[in-house]
Parts: sequence; structure tokens; C-alpha cells
Amino acid sequence: MKKKMLSLVLAGAMTAAVLTGCGSSASTTSDAATETAAETTEEAAGTEESADAEASAETSGGTFKIGGIGPLTGGAAVYGNAAMNGSQIAVDEINAAGGINGMTVELNFQDDELDAEKSVNAYNALKDWGAQVLDGCVTSACSIAVSDKTAQDQMFQITPSGSAVECVANDNAFRICFSDPNQGIASAQYIGENGLATKVAVIYDSSDVYSSGIYEKFVAEAANQPFEIVAAGAFTADNKTDFSVQLQQAKDAGADLVFLPIYYTEASLILTQAADMGFDVAFFGCDGLDGILNVENFDATLAEGVMLLTPFAADATDDLTVKFVSAYQEKYGETPNQFAADGYDTIYTIKAAAEKAGITADMSTEEICAALKAAMTEISVDGLTGEGITWDASGEPTKAPKAVVIKDGAYTAM
Amino acid sequence: MSFIAHLINGISLGSVYALIALGYTMVYGIAKMLNFAHGDVIMIGGYVVFVTVSSMGLNPLLAIVISMAVCTVLGVTIERVAYKPLRGASPLAVLITAIGVSYFLQNIALLVFGSDTKAFTNVVTLPNLELFDGQLVIKSVTIVTVVVSIIIMVGLTLFVKKTKIGRAMTAVSEDKGAAQLMGINVNGTIAVTFAIGSALAAIAGVLLCSAYPSLTPYTGSMPGIKAFVAAVFGGIGSIPGAFIGGILLGVIENLSKAYISSQLADAIVFGILIIVLLVKPTGLLGKKIQEKV
Amino acid sequence: MKKLSKTTKNNLITYGMVILAYIIVQILVATGHVSSLVQGLLVPFCTYVIVAIALNLTVGILGELSLGHAGFMCVGAFTSAVFSLAFKDALPGGLRFFIAILIGAAAAALVGFLVGIPVLRLRGDYLAIVTLAFGEIIKNIINALYLGVDSNGIHFSMKDAMSLNMEPDGLMLIKGAQGVTGTPHDSNFTVGVILILVTLFIVLNFINSRTGRAVMSIRDNRIAAESVGINITKYKLIAFTVSASLAGVAGVLYAHNLSTLNALPKNFGYNMSIMILVFVVLGGIGNIRGSIIAAVLLTLLPEVLRGLSDYRMLIYAIVLIVMMIFNWSPNAIFFRKRLAQRFLGNKKAEKEA
Repeated sequence: MKKKMLSLVLAGAMTAAVLTGCGSSASTTSDAATETAAETTEEAAGTEESADAEASAETSGGTFKIGGIGPLTGGAAVYGNAAMNGSQIAVDEINAAGGINGMTVELNFQDDELDAEKSVNAYNALKDWGAQVLDGCVTSACSIAVSDKTAQDQMFQITPSGSAVECVANDNAFRICFSDPNQGIASAQYIGENGLATKVAVIYDSSDVYSSGIYEKFVAEAANQPFEIVAAGAFTADNKTDFSVQLQQAKDAGADLVFLPIYYTEASLILTQAADMGFDVAFFGCDGLDGILNVENFDATLAEGVMLLTPFAADATDDLTVKFVSAYQEKYGETPNQFAADGYDTIYTIKAAAEKAGITADMSTEEICAALKAAMTEISVDGLTGEGITWDASGEPTKAPKAVVIKDGAYTAM
Repeated sequence: MSFIAHLINGISLGSVYALIALGYTMVYGIAKMLNFAHGDVIMIGGYVVFVTVSSMGLNPLLAIVISMAVCTVLGVTIERVAYKPLRGASPLAVLITAIGVSYFLQNIALLVFGSDTKAFTNVVTLPNLELFDGQLVIKSVTIVTVVVSIIIMVGLTLFVKKTKIGRAMTAVSEDKGAAQLMGINVNGTIAVTFAIGSALAAIAGVLLCSAYPSLTPYTGSMPGIKAFVAAVFGGIGSIPGAFIGGILLGVIENLSKAYISSQLADAIVFGILIIVLLVKPTGLLGKKIQEKV
Repeated sequence: MKKLSKTTKNNLITYGMVILAYIIVQILVATGHVSSLVQGLLVPFCTYVIVAIALNLTVGILGELSLGHAGFMCVGAFTSAVFSLAFKDALPGGLRFFIAILIGAAAAALVGFLVGIPVLRLRGDYLAIVTLAFGEIIKNIINALYLGVDSNGIHFSMKDAMSLNMEPDGLMLIKGAQGVTGTPHDSNFTVGVILILVTLFIVLNFINSRTGRAVMSIRDNRIAAESVGINITKYKLIAFTVSASLAGVAGVLYAHNLSTLNALPKNFGYNMSIMILVFVVLGGIGNIRGSIIAAVLLTLLPEVLRGLSDYRMLIYAIVLIVMMIFNWSPNAIFFRKRLAQRFLGNKKAEKEA
């Protein structure tokens, strides 16, 4: 009996511990929630103080709800979070300046864990929340899955960084970044026309849509260019820490340039490993490589001489970039990468189109979609990722990729 | 020459697997549970060293000691809170709880350290070994990892075979009930096992991140699974088996990447694992299970 | 009703539960009481319920741990998606989907059979790791697979899209990592529920059949079963193949609910296999009804937690651990029993008063 009582007490204590455990974590959440809420009210108060007239317009204009989707947890979390933070900064700026057509902008960014099914769930959750336009998805496959649903619902969708061709197949979908074929062809042409190399090796992620998409077009275009591809080493998402084999193959094939159509997280490892094995070669990458200099604690000398085609450079000196980068660093303590810039431009593109179309809060989602679709082909946006970006009805942006080289730990135009 | 280079790179990768597999096999061998959270303890170990070395500027050796201490406490706490209440329940329930712990650690790291990649500072500052006029480079971290793995392997074997607590561990792994009747503190022994396993995870974390210097909240999960495969390969529960399995796995992975297909390397590695298990159903050095009727 | 045996009664409750849930949901949808989030989740519910039942057949009835069921789902999903894409315009929707389901089930059954022959010779954790290995192999191969069809016939490559040498009019069916794009959206809740009922019918009848009893005897005591002349390999293989085939059906449902299908670590890797195992273990090993409820609850949970933003997956992990301890810990089970006793005791006392 004594023993029974003891175990009962123990079990009770355990349940209590569990309950308090839950309680405390719940209270942290609500604390955080109140904190953010406090921040928002503070900001809102600041807005009202700074612009009294506009504040009154704001209240009459209602709210404009933008939904966002991207991977916020899981292996691709870094890209989703960057896009979310970039978008949030744009939203804060717009609200501080009086909103869109007098409407206060609200952004609700949902996690899709890089899973198309979760992405559709996120979209449905946003619909319940009352989203009027969609900023997303951050990744290609999710974007394609969701664009199927937005087309059904006729919700306007603009993806910051979904680069696969099919992302904008529906007429309600547009994008900010370059498409994959566009980058592959541009890279091959740039290397060929500038005579950067005669023997090129490629290391790409065959399990990633972005990377394999660029790779395919690069190889196709390389046939027309005065260099040959001597080695092509693929890796997969499950195998992205050790690149010694791919680098060794490139070295053995006598490559004088390695093309890296991949993201900077893997590229930083490749650069380190190439240096370790004494493989001195030029590297050339696409916009995914942007951000490599900002990897915390990364030895920037390793990236010396790396060339990349990117629409965004965090250390550019134009006012817009400087303002964005400092705001981002202040708010999130990190240097923004290209995804953050894409997210920022997405919101401003929505703003430009909404102003052109004269969107008001009482319009239905379908009406907004129809109006924005028409307005998109008429606007021109000066964003972080390009000046005078324009769109045609296919949803593809027109902007020129900039080639930069990393010199003394900073981007220099080539 | 390039074959030798691939082979050395394979050993380099394999030594990391071996080191992680030693921790896996230790916990499995004694507590008879697949600790899926082991890879994530490794990740936490990596972050502790990253924070102490890069942000606080401590001596790397001191950082490793701190990391081992943190991981030991973490490992024992996880055992206490999540696994101990389930002693006596179905092993599957413990497996699922371990998955929960794994998610928990990943998401804690995501909240605390953020999702962006951190470049890890290599704590092994010895010069690389260059042979044949620099045609062949053996990284110092590889040499250190292999040496450390061998030391740990020998140390663990001696510990389990020669010390009192080590023998208690063997007894607990054979038969918990009988061990308890013989006056062995079963819970204490399992806690010690977790402490040792987690301390090894910290060392593995440091060397993993030194060899492949990128650190994210998900750094531990794939090497964790690979190391688990390595442990099974060598015969799970067998300490020398874990070492041999790890090295072999790394070599096979690299050679199949180099000579067959880099896209299908994983399929080939897993395929070989299946063939080995079909020929030797308990792994290379696993004990044959005697069946009682 | 009195003549019905206990099992039949129990099974009827399970069918009734599914049908009742279906009717309630349909009424709520018709009256506009269901949010788009839940409406969007209805088909995934069905997918995971089916695959959880399928895995329960392996884990609960056969008594073997499989960590590769996502691989069978993947086979079913890709074969059926390729079929549907290729015959998108040639066949009417309903017929096409029906054939797609059969193809997915057959393909998964075939792979399950082939995998089962070597795998089922192993025991315990070794069997688990080999099924995990097979799941990863399937995912890895599909990620490297390029398949297209044009006027010259079918093209196939394991390297990249260029080596297919397709005519410009050709149709890409599987594009490596990008997978299958443009699968027709054939899945819906009604079909899903019908498939759940079919799955239940197959599994519940299997359990209560001669074969099922043979399989369970192997689970409970292999040596004793063998000694009374039960062909171990045959019965194990039957159960495993049926289980794989049902997982394939779940894959078909998954594939036809989204316009894009990729084999990612997230949806068809070992993570997913483990997630399915979580449904089974949480619902109770061998308890089919429990699997259904657990699959629905755990699919819903992360979505309901969306409001917590950053803390979502963390809370999810904590809830998972707490639920496991509450459901499985010997102490917690004892505590629950005591609580129930006291509660019932109180009731009695009230009655007496």
C-alpha cells in the first residue's frame, strides 16, 4: 500500500511537472506574443504621431492582408526566414509611410517546412485568416503546388524566389527572381564571352530543383560557347557535407573554373574543402551564392576571387540597399541575403501594383487579383534586386543580372 | 593517385561516422534503445564549442571540456525526463519519444541560434600532411579524428570489460531483472551510459564540425542516421564493430560517389548494408543471438 | 445484435466511426462551418489514416518494425502520377483515377514483395534498419530518375534531362528532383473515405481470417507457430505485401491531391516513415481504431499550432513527448487506472447518496 501511494505521489508529481512544464512554455509564448503586440502598437503609435493626417487616412482605408509562405523550420529554414524578415521590413516601412492607398498592411507568414502538402495547408490557413494576396512561396516545388490553388481561388500570387519555370505557369502568378533557365544561360554566356575559362567543372545539387534547373540549361548553352565541361559532380540533400570526391574529380580533369549553381551554405563548405586539398581554381556561381560572405565566422579570404551573377549585393552603396541592410541588421542582427532582398522587393512590387490598380480594402480577392494582374504589366519597380524591373503577362521579370567578383572580402563589379 | 585520394577522403568521412557510431552503439548496447536524438546532441555539442570559441574567445580545449560537460548534463537530463518514465514500456514507445526529443533539440537550437549557417572554426590547428609534393593531402583533422576514435574505442572496450561499473553495464544489457537482483543499480548504470554516450557526442560534434565546418540546427541529423547505419553495419552493440563499420561506410560512400554515381551514392551505400545484413544478419562483428525455446 | 461476436461488433464501430465522421464533416462543409484549412486537410487526413492502418498491419499484426513505409507510399505516388499525367487527356477523370489507384497499389505491392523476400529473414532492429535503407534507396533512385515520352516512344535516364534526347513535342513525366508536375487533381474527401473503408475492410477481414491468425501466431511465438506447421515466410510475406500495397494506395491519394510531386526527405524519407510509426504507436500497436484517431490528431496538431509561429514545432515536440509518456509509461498507466477508479468510485458514492 505504501508503495502504491508512493508511486501515485510520484506519478502525480510527474504529471504536475509536465503540466507546469507546459504551462511555463505556454506563458513564454504568450509573453512573446504580448511583446510583439506591444511592439506593433508602439510602431503604430509612432506612425500616428509622425503623420497625423495619414493616420486618419489609415483608419478609413482599412487593412490590406498579405499572406506569406516559406520554410521557417527544417533544412531550408534559412531561406524562408530571410524572405519573411525582408518582407516584414518592407511592410513596416510601408506602414510607417502611410500604407498602401491608405490601407495598413498586415503580413502573416506561415511555415511550409519545404513540403508541398504543408505549403497548401499554410495557404488554406492564410485564406482563413483573410489573406488578399500571396507573397510566396519561397521555394519552387511549394510554389507550384500552391499556385494550383491560387489559380482556382483567383488569388494574386507573387513568389520572391520560386525560380522553376512552372512557378508562374498560371496567369495569376508572378515572380521577383530570375528563372532557372535564365540564370543557366546567362552564366554560360558570361563565362564564354569573357573568356574566363576553357575547362569548366560543375558541382550541383541534383536533388534540388533550383540547382539542377540551372545546371541543365548551363550545359545546353555551353555547347555554343568556347569552353568545355570536363566534369559534372552531383550531390544530394542527404549528402551535402563531403565534397572531396567532386572536387577531386574536377582537379583530376584539369578544370580551371568550377561552376557552382548552388546555395551558399554548401558553397562555403566547398570553398573550405578546396583550400584544404590545395585545389586552386576559380569559382563562378549564381544568385544562390550571395550570402556567402555573411556566414557567421566564415573565413572570407577563402571566397576571394569568387565570381557570381547576382541581382543583389548586401554591401552595395546605393541608398536603398544601405537603408535596407541597416534596418535588417538592427532588427534581426544578421546581414540580409538575396532571399531577404527578394522578400522586400515582393512587398514593394505588390504595393506598386496595388497603387496602380487602385486597390481598396473592400474589394474581393478575385477583384484584387484581376486588377493586380493587369497592373503588373504596366509598373516598373526600382528594387533591391534590380532597377526598373518590369513584367510581362507570363509573370517573368525583366532585369539584368549583375556580375560581381569578391575582392578583399567585398563585392566588386566586374 | 586519385584512387588513393578518394580512399583517404573516404577514411576522413568514415572516421567521423565511426566516432558518432561509437556513441550510438554504446547506448544501444547497454540500454537497448535506438537513441535517435544522438545526432542532435552532437549538434548541441557543436554549438557550445562554436559559442565559447567564436563568441567568447575561449581556448578550444577548454571549450571542448565545457561542451562535454553540457552534453553530459543534457544527455542525463533527457534520459531522466523522457526515457526513464518509459522503462518497461514497449521499445517502440521509447523510439518515438527519442524522435520527439530529436525534434525538440532541433527546434530549441533553431530558436536560440537561428536558422542561418555558422562557419565553425577548425579546432585542430595542426598542419596538414602533404605527400608527393602536395599531390596528396591528408587533413590534420582526419588524423586527429582517426586517432581519437581509436583511443575511444580501446578506452571503451577496456572500461566495459575491466571496471566494475563497466561490468555492471554488461550485466544490465544482458538481463535488467537479474542485474537488479544482484544488487546493481540499474537506473544509475543506464544514466552513466547516457552520460558517457553524450560526452562522446560532444567530442564527435567538435570533430564533425571541424572536418565539415558548417553548423545549422540540422547538422546532426543526417550524420546521425549514417552513423546509425554504420553501427548496424559493424554489428550494433559491438564497440570495435562501430569503428570498423564507420570507416567502411565512409570509404564505400566516397568510392561509389567517385566511380559509380554521385547521385546514387546513398542508394549504393544502403544497398551494400542490406547485402551485408543478409549474409551476416547481425552485422560484421555482431554477436549471434542464441534463441531459447 | 446479440448474435454478433465481439470482434464483429468492434469492427462495426470502427466502420461506423469513419462513416459518421464523414457525414458530420459533409454537413459542416455544406453549412459552411469548416475553415479552408480543415477543408484542405481532409484529403491528407485520409492519406495518413490509410498509411497508418497499413503500417499497423506490419507493426501490430505481423509484429515487425518497418521504417520504410514512406518508400512504398512513394512508389504508389510516382507510378500513379506518371500514369495519370500520361493519360491526362486520353481517359475520363473517374476511370483514370480508378486505374491509377490500381496501378499504385500493384506497383507498391510488387516492390513490397521484392523487398519482403530478403528483409523478412531478419529480426527486430536489423529488420527496421533494412526497411529504412530500402525506403532511402527508393527515394534516392526516384530523385535521379528522368522519364519522358515523345513520338519515338519512352525515354529514360538516370543522369540528367539532356541525356533523354527528347523530341521537342515530348512530354516530361519525371524530371529528376523536380519530380512530376501537373498531376491532375483527382483526390477528394469522398474518394478518400471510400478508400479508408476499403482499407479497413481488407485489414479487418485479414486480421480475422485464417491467414491473419497464422500471422499473429508468428508474431506471438515464431517457434511455436513453426512447430505446428505454419509456413513462416509465406504468411509474413503476405502480410507485408498487403501492407505495402495499402501504403501505395495512400501514395496515390497523396499524389493526386497536389499538382507537384517530389521525393523529398520531408515527405518520402525516413522522417515520414517515422511519422507514420508515431501514428501507429500513439494510437496503440495493433489497435486499428487508435491508428485512425492518432493519424488525424497528429496531422491536425501542427496546423492548429500555426498561431504560435516560432514556437510551433517546439510545442509540437513537447506535446509528442508528453503524449508518449502519458500513453505508455507504466507509472502513467497506473495513475490513469487509479484516477478512473476514483472517478467511478465517486459516481457510485453519488448514486448511493
